[in-house]
Amino acid sequence: MSATGPLRSDAGDSWSVLRGATRARVALGRAGDGLPTARELEFRAAHAAARDAVHTALDAGRVRAALAAAGVGLDVVEVHSAAPDRTTYLQRPDLGRRLAEGTALPAGEHDLALVVADGLSPRAVHEHAAGTVAAVLERLPGWSVAPVVVAHQARVALGDPVGQALGAAIVVVAVGERPGLSSADSLGLYLTHGPRPGRADSERNCISNVRPPHGLGYAQAADTLVGLLQAARALGASGVVLKDEGPALSAG
Amino acid sequence: MTTRRTTLAGHTYEFASLSDLLAKASPARSGDVLAGVAAESQAQRVAAQLVLADVPLAAFLTEQVVGYDEDDVTRLIVDTHDPVAFAPVAGLTVGEFRDWLLARAAERDETAISSLARGLTPEMVAAVSKLMRTADLVAVARRTRVVTGLRSTLGLPGRLASRLQPNHPTDDPLGVTASILDGLLHGSGDAVIGINPATDSPAQTIALLELVDAVIARYEIPTQSCVLAHVTTTLRALDAGAPVDLVFASISGTQAGNRGFGITLDQLAEARAGALELRRGTVGQQVTYFETGQGSALSADAHRGVDGRAVDQQTLECRAYAVARHFDPLLVNTVVGFIGPEYLYDGKQVVRAGLEDHFCGKLLGLPMGVDVCYTNHTDVDGDDTDALLLLLGAAGCAFVIAVPGSDDVMLHYQSLSFTDVLTARSVFDLRPAPEFEAWLARMDLLDDAGRVRDLAPDAPAARALLAAARP
Repeated sequence: MSATGPLRSDAGDSWSVLRGATRARVALGRAGDGLPTARELEFRAAHAAARDAVHTALDAGRVRAALAAAGVGLDVVEVHSAAPDRTTYLQRPDLGRRLAEGTALPAGEHDLALVVADGLSPRAVHEHAAGTVAAVLERLPGWSVAPVVVAHQARVALGDPVGQALGAAIVVVAVGERPGLSSADSLGLYLTHGPRPGRADSERNCISNVRPPHGLGYAQAADTLVGLLQAARALGASGVVLKDEGPALSAG
Repeated sequence: MTTRRTTLAGHTYEFASLSDLLAKASPARSGDVLAGVAAESQAQRVAAQLVLADVPLAAFLTEQVVGYDEDDVTRLIVDTHDPVAFAPVAGLTVGEFRDWLLARAAERDETAISSLARGLTPEMVAAVSKLMRTADLVAVARRTRVVTGLRSTLGLPGRLASRLQPNHPTDDPLGVTASILDGLLHGSGDAVIGINPATDSPAQTIALLELVDAVIARYEIPTQSCVLAHVTTTLRALDAGAPVDLVFASISGTQAGNRGFGITLDQLAEARAGALELRRGTVGQQVTYFETGQGSALSADAHRGVDGRAVDQQTLECRAYAVARHFDPLLVNTVVGFIGPEYLYDGKQVVRAGLEDHFCGKLLGLPMGVDVCYTNHTDVDGDDTDALLLLLGAAGCAFVIAVPGSDDVMLHYQSLSFTDVLTARSVFDLRPAPEFEAWLARMDLLDDAGRVRDLAPDAPAARALLAAARP
């Protein structure tokens, strides 16, 4: 590696030399010691989008409609975590991992349960959950899948009590990820074999950054997830013992 | 365990242990609520502060919050305590110590405060900080002097340095170089050019070390580089003969917390010895760099002390500083708002924590900097970070971290921008590290008043630097 390379193709100096090499906010220019107004307001707009993504309320009706429109024929059940509101949710991750008291779920015997969880970006759930779930189900003929659970104020580990209550061998939680300034709508998929409260993060597998067109597409994410699901079922476990042996992922 | 009590407005408050007292006396913090140790009411918090004010400093030498036998950080604290340095304040209570510090700050007596460092323990410093207001934290820190050096001198009065953080999501060499050049053109990078690598691969770490070393050598920049890889990776790079200026580690205030980071004190000593052997310094030989942050022990479930009692996150943060100072660092910084709202909920908590960390680190003798930062799910914005930056400028902070346009595109969080550093220098009439300032002048990047020029891309000085990006 060296500092040299085709950063520029001509000799006409311009800050685009720097800008073309990274998505970092380089060569913004200055107004005195501060940022020019336009650059300052661009930053605020990106920050506002990320903040709004965190504080948008999950619209379960919208998720239901999107699932139906995507051809998902499963029943949909709504649950809440033990965190009563967004403020508590952000400060008490422990509450976001537990079900609200008195939550009843239909016990059964299933190969898989799917949980759609608002996490830190309900916007990611609104935009990408239905497409992802539909793509996953298409690839699992013959699997017994529990009703889809839509969870409010939920952390990833809420899938553990949900999966256990539903009687699912494996749970997949599709959760809104912590928004960055350039990615306020990114969905993460977490797979846990044998869900029950107390599972460690090292017992889960994760596929991150599902957000077409800039991140992973639904089909690509579903291909990878289904590969992991089949391997987890064969192995009887998930997490660090289960590796994604497929080809390297690329954005698209 | 000594139970301590007081009566306030007709109600008697009891505190079962020193750790209980420290936690209840702490300003409000979401992480302490999460750990179940926070004060349950404002009155209980003040009652704890009243009781804490009467605790003799000497009591902290015999009553531990984390047990001596089960924790190597406690053993380090106890075994390296310097009773001679402690002597001037040995007879004081925590409350009297606060008064003593404020008196020395008002007299502008830098030596009195700075010479205490080795006589203070993290718990003493945490305790006194809990009795201090914002202005107290600023005034005392401003009169505490810690100067370090490798190829630039840091911590001098009237100076504010910055770490230039040119992160890139795939460690692309051109992308990293672009951010380095942008920072240099803004007068940033005198504390260190420090990259968080996207992976922990030894080959990648070595490649990045060589990249920055080449830029530094090409322009003869009086600064140092650091690739903030795991210390085991840096050891591999040292073995491979890579140009390692600084050994880096994230550290925590308990042995269990450090285990969570996958480090031991022995590894840090070994890596430091390896970097020292390279003799890469010119103005000093301080070759370590540590990052800390409130909540790291709690997030690793490594926050318990004597009898399994949870210790508050600010006291644990101070204990991490005892680890840092044992290895004679060039740089230490708290990454104050990085972890999330479950530890520091909003701008008020982040600003307070940043000032506490800076004050406590400096009092313990550390070259203290701050990564003034936040994540997007925390209730913090640019006004909060401006407030903390300007308070730190007043408090004599050694360095801050700066990234292009405040937006770290690899770690997905917001830190300060290069222009924020210019603003703080301008407002407080602060200058870069002296060696770096002379270099900026040599490169014609300063105007006649010593300010970093606002250059057009075709200006000769800009062209000279941008040449690094050319094939």
